[in-house]
Amino acid sequence: MTKLTATRRQFFGLAAGGAAAAAALAAPSDVRAQVATKARIVIIGAGAGGTALANRLVMRLDGAEITLIDPRVEHLYQPGLSLVAAGLKPASYVVSKTTDWLPDGVTLIAEAAAAIDPEAKTVATTSGQSVGYDFLVVAPGLVLDHDAIEGFSLDMVGQNGIGALYAGPQYAADTWKAAKAYTETGGVGLFTRPATEMKCAGAPLKHTFLIEDIARTAGTRGKLDMHYMANNDSLFGVPIVSEKVRMLFGDRGITTDYSHVLRAIDAGARTATFDTPQGQVTRDYDYIHVIPPQGAPDVIRQSGLSWADKWTDQGWVECDMASLRHLRYDDIWALGDVAGVPKGKTAASVKWQVPVVEDGILAAIEGREATETYNGYTSCPMITRVGRAMLVEFDYNNNLVPSFPGIIAPLEELWISWLMKEVALKPTYNAMLRGLA
Amino acid sequence: MKDLTFCTILAVFEEIFGSGLFWAMVGIAAVVTVAYFYVLVRDHSISWRKFLLAQLSMPIGAIAAVWFVLVMTSSSLRNLGGPVDVIVFLGIAAAGAVGIAILVYTAQSLLMRRRSG
Repeated sequence: MTKLTATRRQFFGLAAGGAAAAAALAAPSDVRAQVATKARIVIIGAGAGGTALANRLVMRLDGAEITLIDPRVEHLYQPGLSLVAAGLKPASYVVSKTTDWLPDGVTLIAEAAAAIDPEAKTVATTSGQSVGYDFLVVAPGLVLDHDAIEGFSLDMVGQNGIGALYAGPQYAADTWKAAKAYTETGGVGLFTRPATEMKCAGAPLKHTFLIEDIARTAGTRGKLDMHYMANNDSLFGVPIVSEKVRMLFGDRGITTDYSHVLRAIDAGARTATFDTPQGQVTRDYDYIHVIPPQGAPDVIRQSGLSWADKWTDQGWVECDMASLRHLRYDDIWALGDVAGVPKGKTAASVKWQVPVVEDGILAAIEGREATETYNGYTSCPMITRVGRAMLVEFDYNNNLVPSFPGIIAPLEELWISWLMKEVALKPTYNAMLRGLA
Repeated sequence: MKDLTFCTILAVFEEIFGSGLFWAMVGIAAVVTVAYFYVLVRDHSISWRKFLLAQLSMPIGAIAAVWFVLVMTSSSLRNLGGPVDVIVFLGIAAAGAVGIAILVYTAQSLLMRRRSG
């Protein structure tokens, strides 16, 4: 073996070589050629889907005219709302500016879409501006119909034992005020979910688990009589996950009241009325978590883009479940919550859907067949305690599709899954918004 | 995880710490590592006296790393739920231990060269 007798000069030469090699490794690997086009692409919605797609299209297309239509000044990192409503993060954790994420070279019209004419291929905005398109992506998100709960209004959130974390960052923070008071004083807690399709069907369960764990840690668990009000006879759309949650609820002393859909609340009397197969029942509560029915924005329904024979009360966009392309207008794609597909109203789904829509548009421009498909991938880091979660991932067929098979078990409550939710999820989301993940 | 490439991981870490802080930390880690190899090459041997102090500092580094992760993620030791959690936990502790050992050894070599040789 040679003796180590390098001179300083040799050493620094070696170090410089190493640094150059590291820099070469870190260089972007995506060197796909840009496609030249004059296509006018309009994206309705600058949320997770619209923003991520705009960033990716700008990288892939040269000369395209990309316009986003969205009146929202604030961009919300919605997966963080559960953490805000459990006092683990401040409201500001989920808020950024829409314009922070948009690339150069796109136009943002800060207005809502008022009408879509798929025959004339135009979108009218609320100020009356008409925007023509060659390709349209519909990604406006969904609408929370709080008015559908009789006796409920958002100004009640945070007082008298009423929470509603879906309504936005400040409402999530107010929800924590009411939930925290409940963990101190105890009584009956009713954790509801709507009967419609909804964003992240895991969130109502997470809120229930978190409030239980926080009370347990505070030593007040014995004062809480907690009820999860399932909308049908299961706890989650994926049967194997539903069974696991049923067992966890059993262990944690959380009672499930199946087929109870919230209809009305009387905030003064602290009673809630539920539709059940046996008729309406009224229940007393000390804390209630309200999640309203959800549906597509009116502009989608009124433009004739919705399914005519499915989810007729909710209005989701009629599209192919693999390509996300509209079934009647082949220059329109649906992306995100508004898509009329059986799974996928989560940010993780958007991450899987964006490359599919991107490929669909590029294929249409290049005159080739699209190759990317969406398999229904949906992910839910199901928080079961402060510090533990199950990384639940599934597809259209209710199969579990773990990202780290053999390493991170999908139905096991793990610290590493919590670490991923707590540390890596928002950065991954942000990288997705920038089109980098 | 879709398309988990080296670039995705870099993008995620840039978002966790902010681009500036992340690359500053990478830079510091690289400088310390290069300095460590530099003193090894310069001295032509390992100083076991310095190595002893470096080893003694390892438990401190391990505890500090674990404490940092637990505090930053609002979690506690009782949250460890499966074998992979124990592996991650030991990995964090090991990284902290090795990191501080290299740092202490290098710092001694650079700062106290003449005194302790």
